[in-house]
Amino acid sequence: MTKAAVDRVYLFGTCLIDVFHPEAGMATVRLLEREGVEVIFPPEQTCCGQPPYNSGYDDQARTVARQVVERFAEPIPVIVPSGSCAGMLRHHYPDLLADDPLADAARDLAARTYELHEFLHRILAVKLEDHGEPVTVVMHTACSARREMGVREDGLALLGQLANVTVCEPENAEACCGFGGTFAVKMPEISVAMASDKCQAVRASGADQLLSSDCGCLLNIDGMLRKQGNALPAHHLATFLWERTGGAS
Amino acid sequence: MSGFTSQPDQDFGVRIHEALEDAELRESFHGAMTFLREKRRSQFPDPDALENLRDSGAAIRDRALAKLPDLLEQLEDRCRHNGIQVHWAETSDEANAIITGLIQSVHGQRIVKGKSMATEEIGLNTALEAAGFTCLESDMGEYIVQQAGETPSHIIMPAIHRNKASIARQFADQIPDTPYTEDVDELIGTGRRVLRQAFAHADVGISGVNFAIAETGTLCLVENEGNGRMSTTVPDTHIAVMGIEKVIEKLADLPDLMRLLPRSATGQAITTYINLISGPRRDDECDGPRQVHLVLVDNGRSRIYADRELRATLRCIRCGACMNHCPVYERLGGHAYGTVYPGPIGQVVMPQLFGLDKAGKLTQACSLNGACGEACPVRIPLPDLIRRLRHEGVTDDPASPVRGHGRQRQASEALIWRVWATIHAHPRLYRLVTRLATRSRRLLPPLPRAWTARRARLEPAPRSFHEQMAQRRQTEPRP
Ligand code: SF4
Repeated sequence: MTKAAVDRVYLFGTCLIDVFHPEAGMATVRLLEREGVEVIFPPEQTCCGQPPYNSGYDDQARTVARQVVERFAEPIPVIVPSGSCAGMLRHHYPDLLADDPLADAARDLAARTYELHEFLHRILAVKLEDHGEPVTVVMHTACSARREMGVREDGLALLGQLANVTVCEPENAEACCGFGGTFAVKMPEISVAMASDKCQAVRASGADQLLSSDCGCLLNIDGMLRKQGNALPAHHLATFLWERTGGAS
Repeated sequence: MSGFTSQPDQDFGVRIHEALEDAELRESFHGAMTFLREKRRSQFPDPDALENLRDSGAAIRDRALAKLPDLLEQLEDRCRHNGIQVHWAETSDEANAIITGLIQSVHGQRIVKGKSMATEEIGLNTALEAAGFTCLESDMGEYIVQQAGETPSHIIMPAIHRNKASIARQFADQIPDTPYTEDVDELIGTGRRVLRQAFAHADVGISGVNFAIAETGTLCLVENEGNGRMSTTVPDTHIAVMGIEKVIEKLADLPDLMRLLPRSATGQAITTYINLISGPRRDDECDGPRQVHLVLVDNGRSRIYADRELRATLRCIRCGACMNHCPVYERLGGHAYGTVYPGPIGQVVMPQLFGLDKAGKLTQACSLNGACGEACPVRIPLPDLIRRLRHEGVTDDPASPVRGHGRQRQASEALIWRVWATIHAHPRLYRLVTRLATRSRRLLPPLPRAWTARRARLEPAPRSFHEQMAQRRQTEPRP
């Protein structure tokens, strides 16, 4: 897909952004619109179905997945500002709906699903200009963004375009933060042990801000740092990119 | 404790708690895992070469599994031709009975065993004890845990949970004429002295098998310490025990697997010994066993084999890389799982062998972060299999292929997901619920203490993204 070919995209907003980080959704819309891309946000969307899917409740996940496939039916890219939800659409819908009348549509949807930063970097090849003060950020890439979607480099490359931003990753960067959706609730002790180590590494990085392109990880790490009275400003990557590039909205 | 006699799910929560409270254990596991991961990484400097090799490893194992019934027949045929006697065991009890019978038939007295996961799986040591035999573990790590009355905590490094001071104490207490020393070389020297004595007088040697080659009827054993070689050449009788999935098609398949196995397991380019055993001592040979037996163990593998997706479980070459990369295993250590195979492969293989009713909870101890699948040298999609087993655990479907299916289902959880699906399948209802959540700045229903005990309360934004977009549609009409 060349840049010229993309003038309209769908936005899949994700339920965590909807409730907890709406500003990241708005930043996503504006980052895309600034590139001359029309953003279509079907208001009937809810969630991608990953929580029940990961818990083994395929029927419930399928009910929700079918609607996503139906409501994002036009053959234009679907942009998802979250590695794990994008991974759900791209990698798991085709299996989940394999025996469904929507099987072909699910495969088609998978093929045109992009994680936001992957799309900005690889497809739109955006050029970002930094308008902010010097700052050091620590970037946490979610496991699904890193492994399932393979978009770690895209996030880092976009940050790398910002002249006044120094980027670091926490020590043991590829280690899971312990969120894992329902894992944090079902196996709280293990989750807390993993999150504590991640928080320690984030603090030890010495950065002024925490960034992630996945709200689940952000809620987990930031939530623990705040409980410890040890928080640093925590933002979705899209929010940060938009604000740094002059987009105070 | 070993094999199928324990119920991993029982007290899993208690074992998790204890493991996490054990600061020393966590510390030493973190150190060991970091070391192993770095060593492995240094062995695969070229990522593309690694991916090609993983493709090849997966293809070799897949091809072998696709022809498994034929290859097993061919293996039996070639082994017999080479003078290896072949025995089939459907269950662990059958396997133990065969092995015990073989030992009795040669009036075996002194038994040594090289490292073998299959014999751990069937609980051979316990069965032998019940029959009046003692069997000495001859792998150094296995020897240490056996002497301490423990079980291994890792499939490649059985004593990885132990530090040198505790081993020093154990040796000084339990081995006559042994002064206390924390010098690792001296400790190994002491262990070796004991084991050499045992080898010299052993009449039966038991071993595992890393791969069995159907084409030639050859048993391949990989090891570092020489104990495998000792156990299979010194005693007059050698009994090799293997799961039926370990067969590969031809000798030419071996090199790529040998490139993957030691590098993935311990970060070594190659192991010290690769033993290729193709039969008992011939008339013109001056050493080697007089009899070689191969015991082929099914123990639930046919059941795994029957499901196309779950079959990938059987590709496993038991390298342990998945556990070395698993953030949960790293924090729990191996014993918390209560299984012979811990970590990700244990979470996949044990529920299938034991049944989901006994080992289904294991599948919950995973954040689906994907590190195990990324590490696995034969590309077993471990996270997908864990998720699939979660599904089998809560599914009512009587046609489910996994034993104990549906037994992890809890009415309360099923209800939560039904309500969840209803809300999320009805956008108006969804918007109503999110509006309530954002307006009250609370989550409905409140998240369990599991989240809030160590994290600040989740605070919904004052206005949801949906609301902001709806408002924007009115105030900023699109061109
Ligand atoms: S599942 Fe893969 S990584 Fe784990 S032990 Fe088996 S082969 Fe090794």
